[in-house]
Amino acid sequence: MSKHTAEPISIFDLRIMKPALTESIKKLDPRILWRNPVMFCVEIASVITLITFIMSLTGANREPAWFTGTVSIWLWLTVLFSTFAEALAEGRGKARAASLRKSRTDVTAKRLDKPEFGGNYTTVGASQLRKGDLILVEANDMIAGDGDVVAGAALVNESAVTGESAPVVRESGGDRSAVTGGTTVIANAIIVRITANPGETFLDRMIGLIEGAKRRKTPNEIALEVLLIALTLVFLLVCANISPLSIYSVKAAGQGTPVSLTILVALFVCLAPTTIAALLPAIGIAGMDRLFQKNVIALSGRAIEAAGDVNVLLLDKTGTITHGNREAVSFVPVGGHNEKELALAALSASLFDETPEGRSVVALAQQKYGLGMEKPLDAEVVEFSAETRLSGINIGASCFRKGASDSIVSFVTKLGCTAIPEDLRGLVDRIARAGATPLVVSRDCDILGVINLKDIVKAGIQERFLQLRSMGIKTVMITGDNPLTAAAIAAEAQVDDFLAQAKPEEKLRLIREYQEGGFMVAMTGDGTNDAPALAQADVAVAMNTGTQPAREAANIIDLDSNPTKLLDIVEVGKQILMTRGNLTTFSISNDVAKYFAIIPAMMLSIYPQLEVLNIMHLASPFSAILSAVIFNAIIIPMLVPLALKGTRFRPMPAEKLLIHNLLIYGVGGIIAPFVGIKAIDLMIGMVV
Amino acid sequence: MNAYDWLQTILLFVVLLALIKPLGSFMAKVYQGERTFMSPVLAPCENLIYRICGVKKDEEMGWQRYALAMLFFNLALFAALFTILMSQHLLPLNPQKLPAFSWQLALNTAISFTTNTNWQAYAGEQAASYFTQMAGLTVHNFVSAATGMAIAIALIRGFSRRKTSMLGNFWVDLTRSTLYILLPISLVAALVLVSQGVIQNFTPYKTVPLVQSTSYDKPKLDDKGSPLKDAKGNPVTENVIVKEVSIPMGPVASQEAIKELGTNGGGFFNANSAHPFENPTPLTNMLEILLILLIPGSLTYTFGIMVGNTRQGWAILGGMLLLLAVSFGVLQIVETNGNPLVAELGIRGVNMEGKEVRFGLAGSSLFAVATTGTSCGAVNTMHDSLTPLGGMIPLSLILLGEIVFGGVGSGLYTMLAFAIIAVFVSGLMIGRTPEYLGKKIEVREMWLSILTILTAGVVVLILSGIAMITPQAVSSMANPGAHGLSEVFYGFASMANNNGSAFAGLNANVNFYNILGSLAMTLGRYVPAIAVLTMAGSLAEKKYVPPSLGTLPTDKAPFAIWLTLVIIIVGALTFFPALSLGPIVEHLTMLGGK
Repeated sequence: MSKHTAEPISIFDLRIMKPALTESIKKLDPRILWRNPVMFCVEIASVITLITFIMSLTGANREPAWFTGTVSIWLWLTVLFSTFAEALAEGRGKARAASLRKSRTDVTAKRLDKPEFGGNYTTVGASQLRKGDLILVEANDMIAGDGDVVAGAALVNESAVTGESAPVVRESGGDRSAVTGGTTVIANAIIVRITANPGETFLDRMIGLIEGAKRRKTPNEIALEVLLIALTLVFLLVCANISPLSIYSVKAAGQGTPVSLTILVALFVCLAPTTIAALLPAIGIAGMDRLFQKNVIALSGRAIEAAGDVNVLLLDKTGTITHGNREAVSFVPVGGHNEKELALAALSASLFDETPEGRSVVALAQQKYGLGMEKPLDAEVVEFSAETRLSGINIGASCFRKGASDSIVSFVTKLGCTAIPEDLRGLVDRIARAGATPLVVSRDCDILGVINLKDIVKAGIQERFLQLRSMGIKTVMITGDNPLTAAAIAAEAQVDDFLAQAKPEEKLRLIREYQEGGFMVAMTGDGTNDAPALAQADVAVAMNTGTQPAREAANIIDLDSNPTKLLDIVEVGKQILMTRGNLTTFSISNDVAKYFAIIPAMMLSIYPQLEVLNIMHLASPFSAILSAVIFNAIIIPMLVPLALKGTRFRPMPAEKLLIHNLLIYGVGGIIAPFVGIKAIDLMIGMVV
Repeated sequence: MNAYDWLQTILLFVVLLALIKPLGSFMAKVYQGERTFMSPVLAPCENLIYRICGVKKDEEMGWQRYALAMLFFNLALFAALFTILMSQHLLPLNPQKLPAFSWQLALNTAISFTTNTNWQAYAGEQAASYFTQMAGLTVHNFVSAATGMAIAIALIRGFSRRKTSMLGNFWVDLTRSTLYILLPISLVAALVLVSQGVIQNFTPYKTVPLVQSTSYDKPKLDDKGSPLKDAKGNPVTENVIVKEVSIPMGPVASQEAIKELGTNGGGFFNANSAHPFENPTPLTNMLEILLILLIPGSLTYTFGIMVGNTRQGWAILGGMLLLLAVSFGVLQIVETNGNPLVAELGIRGVNMEGKEVRFGLAGSSLFAVATTGTSCGAVNTMHDSLTPLGGMIPLSLILLGEIVFGGVGSGLYTMLAFAIIAVFVSGLMIGRTPEYLGKKIEVREMWLSILTILTAGVVVLILSGIAMITPQAVSSMANPGAHGLSEVFYGFASMANNNGSAFAGLNANVNFYNILGSLAMTLGRYVPAIAVLTMAGSLAEKKYVPPSLGTLPTDKAPFAIWLTLVIIIVGALTFFPALSLGPIVEHLTMLGGK
């Protein structure tokens, strides 16, 4: 498979940095910034310090102008860093969207009146197409809009959307009828019924999502914002409370000056959870972007977050858990025949069998016994048919057959043989019970043995399920197989549960049952008959190769059509939440050090004995306050890479994970600012 | 700590922990309407009450009706007590012919007892008649406690029920709390108290001559009752010689038991549990501490049973115990070290100022942390006289939001609101939409939890700020300087968190404190109460999310410790500046030898 349109773009790429810088200044507009209430408060604080700075220039303020000026500059930088982080996250998406847009040069379409080839068409621009219009798309034409194939079949190159360069077949009826605007027909012609108006197509939605323009805050993000706003409010009151307390204390101590507005504002900004508030929008946007790098489009941020909460995963067996085709894994002889004899007969019977199963028999015979054979020119090929349920060849006088047990038995009986090996029945039953398919092989009227055909479970899938289990996610395999086969594969793949002989309504019922029990259900699907279940699932991942109904019912679309992607989606969902949680803890833990920097500094003139609290031994009150303000500002850009990349996710039980993150972001959050503020204080000492 | 201190401490906790499980499961049975050993006697009484009041006991209420019933009931309580206080001089059982309360004081007192605060801007024996004490204050002690318990039970039902809007019946929960829990325990405890010498009578105050006359310096008060100060800001005093004393009497024991049990704390006498008629012996002292902690502690077990996992209750209790043990330890240490300035005068060792010798250091410290960790507010020690850092312990326990065992009911529901915040942050940190007890924590629960835990703190910050620049408020302080700031801060912390104890130096019976205090107590009680009931309604409607490996276990030690840390961090970040200008400065000044 060749990939990828979505090559990782470095955030330090100038193509992104420059526009992000102008964008971040535009975002300072209070009408935009109020959407981030905490940073909006910081902007107000910056305005206040700017005013006090101007006042101190005119001598109306008792603090030196350099101090209020520097505080003001750093408060403005704090806001700017936050808008910059957001612009940077959006910038990456925008760069990608631009490359997508390139594929949307203005296309013309051939509009038909009737869904018939050879009819007359009128040429119209893509923007004039409406839902329900029929268009003819011939070789080398670009498909002008999203739609369903109503007639014909064609090879379509979808690399513009998926990054997958191998063309795919799109045909009317069945599960491969959906086509996407912006893709190109390579061979043959199809008639497409348009299913989306201009501006509403899949590609349009994708571009909108990637640019972040359509981004809405997710419930979790709002809940966190509630906490941040509440903390901000409390800190606002804490700072407001200090003023009268200091006025009283000045009288009580008979010395010093009440705490000034500039210092109170500085303290407020330091205490308010600015670090997390500044990075909050960037975390969400970057999460979507990371998914896009994995060729997954989430139609809403909510869907990604829901993916992080999923505790039941419904997986289609075919193509997800197994390779999808049964393969021969062994030859088991019966009636005293030897294995090699059997292998040779099986090989002969399968020479002209072009089904994957037939090919796997040939491959096994070659691998295991070194057998190879040219296709004999005089062979008479017996094709598989529903009536005989066997296939094979006749070469001269010999006939080789393979097929279901009873078909072969009746075939050899007809040839006049009555000696059926006694061990055949038991062997066939044993293989069937193990979930595999027994194919009996005969040479003339001898039954030689059985080919054991098995669904091959994908390599490494057990480990992934184990990982999921350790994250508390239950896996359920869905298959059309009979319960016996399903149970055997489920046991081999180590899924937790399975649904055999699944019909659409049963899938739906299963999802509802899990949801009633309080589980969050994720499901992958591609067929039209998956659509109801997809619509019901909390996280519905549709394969891009899937049908239009399936894609519409889903809230996440996997462009690579690789069902194990769900694991990546779950991971990104968790990463987004974890990054938010960790940065919140970090941000709040920081306040401890800031208190120890600012409180003694602001009260020193009133109560000199509070110098004891200056445990960092900061040089002077001004330098202490400035150091805290500067640290508070520069920690934002320093954490931007973390916000964009997300904190690393390692599957481990919840409690261990919490302790691990608390040690890093909680304890680290307490220690880091002590070091940082002290370092900045030393630097200020060198300058001043 | 000497052997006697250790013995008291260990004995207290052993008895307390031994009682939590039986009482907790008994309460769970009571609230779930199951039969208990008391049902044969009390069930007929209960049904009679319902018949008289027209309560249909099987009729369930949604959160709005539950909250309305609670508010209506509390409004009626307030009106009744306010009327009694204003017409005390007309009512019986008033042998001392005490006059009516002023309207400001009546307002403050009525709100104080209705909100389970029991802040007393009056001195019991000088202002309240026996009728007021019994029919007014004692009744309120029972039902304000029962109100808190009912709210907590409604919240527990919110967690344990699924996809319903029904939270139970307020009147039934109220009646059962009083009838099956508060009354029987109070009855037994009152009898024990009487056996130890707590009085219970209606006789007029007795005047007895002193064996030896004595004299003391009495602070002079101005006409408004605020202490007069000289030019330097020191209080003006006059020497008074005393030859005889009047000894107040009254029905003390019946009020004393529920005063502790219902974490009310409003003393019959001004000296509260330091008074020998309220708390005569070390044994009664231990009993009173036990009563204070008993119901709040046991409710954690009731909670565990009702949500179907008793370990959830133990985890909450573990967090509470941890905070209590640390507070007690620190208080013991700083009080043992005493005051270096006093030591210079030759009085070395433990700071015994404001403590009763019959209780000793541990008996006083245990009482102090128990009464401030819960929203009780009864005192056997003058918190004003603790060393600066020692005084910061009760103050901090109040400021944390009354969750170290906390008030009856209110302690548990505030703690659960903290647990929701803790779960939210930790849930994010492990990458899941946070859930607690199988209920998803979403935007609504965040708002409501935050309202529950931060209302009191916000009220304290605003009102103490106003106080420090209001002349009347400042002039009420008996002590100038940082200690005065602590007194005012403690006062508002105590009222907003419905504790009711005071740093004694403050004269609170002035309009400023009476009226703003009433506001603080009302907001501090009902904003969280309504928020909790709203949250209960919202939680009850949610479906249950079964735990998986990815769910953070909230019934184990790591979560209990994390919960404790969240509580400390929220408290410390909110109050560090004020504490540093009050007790911390005072402590540093003391070390500096001033």
